[in-house]
Amino acid sequence: MMLEVKDIRVGYNGSGLVLEDLGFTLGAGEILAILGPNGVGKTTLLRCINGMIQPKTGSVMVEGADVFGMSAGRIARRLGYVAQRNDAGRMTTFDAVLLGRKPHMGWKVSHDDLHKVGAALHQLGLEHLALRDIDRMSGGELQKVCIARALVQEPRVLLLDEPTSSLDLKNQLEILGTIRRVVKEHQLAAVMTMHDLNLALRFVDRFLFIRKGKVFASGRPDEISAEMVAAVYGVQVDILRHDGQVVVVPNGRESA
Amino acid sequence: MSHLNHGHIPQAYTAYVSRKTYFVTGLAVLGLVLLVMAISLGAVRIPVDQVLRSLSGMEADHRSQIIIRSIRLPHALAALLAGTGLAAAGTAMQSILRNPLGSPFTLGLSQAGAFGAAFAVMLLGTGTMQSTTVGAVTIANPYLTTLAAFVACMATSLVIIAIARLRGATPEVMVLSGVALGSLFSAGTMFLQYFADDVQLAAMVFWTFGDVGRAGWREVAFMAVTVVLGLAYFIANRWNYNAIDAGDETARSLGVRVERVRMFGMIVASLITAIIVAFLGVIGFVGLICPHIVRRIIGDDHRFVMPAASLTGAVLLLASDTVARLLLAPHVLPVAVLTAFLGAPTFLYLLIRGRWR
Repeated sequence: MMLEVKDIRVGYNGSGLVLEDLGFTLGAGEILAILGPNGVGKTTLLRCINGMIQPKTGSVMVEGADVFGMSAGRIARRLGYVAQRNDAGRMTTFDAVLLGRKPHMGWKVSHDDLHKVGAALHQLGLEHLALRDIDRMSGGELQKVCIARALVQEPRVLLLDEPTSSLDLKNQLEILGTIRRVVKEHQLAAVMTMHDLNLALRFVDRFLFIRKGKVFASGRPDEISAEMVAAVYGVQVDILRHDGQVVVVPNGRESA
Repeated sequence: MSHLNHGHIPQAYTAYVSRKTYFVTGLAVLGLVLLVMAISLGAVRIPVDQVLRSLSGMEADHRSQIIIRSIRLPHALAALLAGTGLAAAGTAMQSILRNPLGSPFTLGLSQAGAFGAAFAVMLLGTGTMQSTTVGAVTIANPYLTTLAAFVACMATSLVIIAIARLRGATPEVMVLSGVALGSLFSAGTMFLQYFADDVQLAAMVFWTFGDVGRAGWREVAFMAVTVVLGLAYFIANRWNYNAIDAGDETARSLGVRVERVRMFGMIVASLITAIIVAFLGVIGFVGLICPHIVRRIIGDDHRFVMPAASLTGAVLLLASDTVARLLLAPHVLPVAVLTAFLGAPTFLYLLIRGRWR
């Protein structure tokens, strides 16, 4: 297994548990969507997998090695993280992506580092923007830069916190398509938190619903049911199939 | 197993990096030229060839030699070091506090340091005061004076870090806290002045002007060690600062221990500020303006901003000091007056222009 999350319990001081006995496994080339309403602990889970938050109990293993026993630098060489909020200073795309080589870098930037950045820019179709300052970019372009940055970390696991939250439809499709292609090509394991169920079901291999800090349901996209959505979000939906895709449509009926 | 080998490095990028390197080198050369000019120009003019002979250790005219060794060189080096140190501290603070208005002066560190040093001189007896304008205060115990300045600077830093860590501490809140802390320490200095006798009062007023002329070789040596080590520390952290610029969370995911980098950065910035303020008084604006001038020209990459801003600080203070000595010669204006004359309009211009980063 590429990523194994086991019995995670996270609590913020005194206010009960945010995540309770949460676990899943993920193989190489697989993408998992973490779904659930606002404030259910999706981002907390990602931070926990990345070692930024120490859980009360439980373990996170990447290729069999425990994340909580690793130094920050070692974690950064195994897990790439694309945060929801990214600040852009006056820095070129090339330099912003080069920052992702930091966990591997010695005192000087090596030729190898530069070549890897060049390759990542090529893979994400950012070559023509290499010298553009990132503070003059659109949301979609900046998101690609952040993915490229995580990619040059050469991680085994990619974590993305709502990668499409501030993008228009075209960019949403493009970014998720890019993530899917990159994950398959590099045989990574990817975990993303998402709000848009239809986008998630279209691009991921598996989904996982969190309710009240616990795994409520999980499965392949075609295994989603109207009952799951009603229980997690309190919204009545119909599950339709269109062109081989599963589509979730709210039907306007009152929730029971 | 990596699919990222054999990528193409754009030619334009290589050229772009070279341009930045040339910019930094150009500033270094400008700094050296200004250093020679600062030593050459003054009430007594010393020919450049004599300056160069003396600096390179060769035999030079005896009178020039004495002026250079005992007055001009320590004076110029003090300007160079103070400019470098303040600009480096400002650059680091802007990044680690994620605030474009960060600098020792705007966040009240300078005023705190001045209070600490004044407190040491007046109440702990670490210096003696005279009623002459040159060398109004002679510091007998640089260790204790600097320590007192450092303690005051550090206390201010800790309050600022604490405020920065509070949820929702916006840049505005932090700058306003700096203003409040600065006023608090200015009031503290005034309080000391109120109880001072005539000689002490005059001495303290002259002293807080901020002047590089009062530095002797001992002060220069102290500053040199602190500024060189501090700058080396900041440069070693250049990638950490770049990562923090991208957001705390991104920085953490890249293996940066953000809290630690922030805390140590503030300690080093406080130490540099404390030592400069203790020896030279309050010199404002250098730490705020220099990083911004450089950011506008070469962008926010700390690999280049840190050395370039430091050199700009050195250049600015050397030039200001030389002008300050020549403007009303044989009278010498305190350099802080000139940096404020230069700095305040530049600061306003930057504010009006908007786009900080």
